[in-house]
Amino acid sequence: MSDASPLIDEREAEFGDYFALLKPRVMSLVVFTAAVGLFVAPVPVHPVIAFASILFIAIGAGASGALNMWWDADIDAVMTRTQSRPVPSGRITGAAAKQLGIWLSVIAVVMLWLTANALAGALLAFTIFFYAVVYSMWLKRSTPQNIVIGGAAGAFPPMIGWAVATGNISVDSVLMFGLIFVWTPPHFWALALFMNDDYTKAGVPMLPVTHGTTVTRKQIMIYALLLAPVALGISFTSIGGPVYFAISLVLNAAFLRGAWHVLHRSDAAAFADKFSVERKFFRLSLYFLFLHFGGLLIEAALRATSLDMASWPQWV
Amino acid sequence: MATMGVNMAIRNDHELHKRRVKSNLLLGLVLGGFVTLVFAITMVKLKDGQLMEAFNHTLRNSLLEKSK
Repeated sequence: MSDASPLIDEREAEFGDYFALLKPRVMSLVVFTAAVGLFVAPVPVHPVIAFASILFIAIGAGASGALNMWWDADIDAVMTRTQSRPVPSGRITGAAAKQLGIWLSVIAVVMLWLTANALAGALLAFTIFFYAVVYSMWLKRSTPQNIVIGGAAGAFPPMIGWAVATGNISVDSVLMFGLIFVWTPPHFWALALFMNDDYTKAGVPMLPVTHGTTVTRKQIMIYALLLAPVALGISFTSIGGPVYFAISLVLNAAFLRGAWHVLHRSDAAAFADKFSVERKFFRLSLYFLFLHFGGLLIEAALRATSLDMASWPQWV
Repeated sequence: MATMGVNMAIRNDHELHKRRVKSNLLLGLVLGGFVTLVFAITMVKLKDGQLMEAFNHTLRNSLLEKSK
């Protein structure tokens, strides 16, 4: 036991390490999109119920993050970007991360069901299952389509928010799902282009690893083209309007332009300037999503204050 | 315990203990917050007039009114 004291003096797991297991940065995006889904719904929600529901959705997302960190600890240990996470760095054991993930999942789902309604709880349970089991355990290591299908997990939060308010699924909420779902592949493939070495080292079959960068650049362009009609289409639903339309028009033009530049780059040029175009496109994709949902929030505020345009066409 | 001299007394101000106290306090705050939140949700639901009773082997008038 003579070496017990130096071991114990090493960084023992702290509160912050357990919080890091919940992937707070992913959680912040979930909180934002779920909140927008909830606030743009045509049914008013009591502030306490709204706050609690968004919190439980965030905890559910965090729980699936912890389960992912338990399952992927071996990958995280190899990749530079994730080496310092609590499990690969040894501050928290994999078993502890798994327990935290399971119990927070149970608490989040049951509490959301009791606070809001059964549909919201069921959607959250499905989201956690989809991220932790379908994406992390089945898809991530087996197919380059991993993030295409797995993207559904990240796309559910606005639908859950909408379900909290309305107890229902509708065209509007499905389109919000579609916006994130189609946005996910180009977003992650841009990242994969300049993180290629990391994914190769870890043996994760990302598209640039399995099919090369040329195919990846083409796929980014294809998904950017698919994304535009979904994003613009939301303008003509009950949650859209002229402000959202204007924002979406500008963002999609910029996104398509960015994808075009990424498409017409050679690997030599990309290496030479350290993937500056790809990094710029990745940053743009973050603004793209944030501002689209921001636009929906503005439309909701305009409707609430009766400043919306009555003659704006609504297709569904 | 009798062998424990002055030098072996547990030092409460050891850095490790300070960090543990901090972690425990934060966990306490989280649990306290959770209790407060559940209380607030309950109050809101009761104020909104939700019926907090369900079928329990006897039909009651209040349940019949709810089903109307």
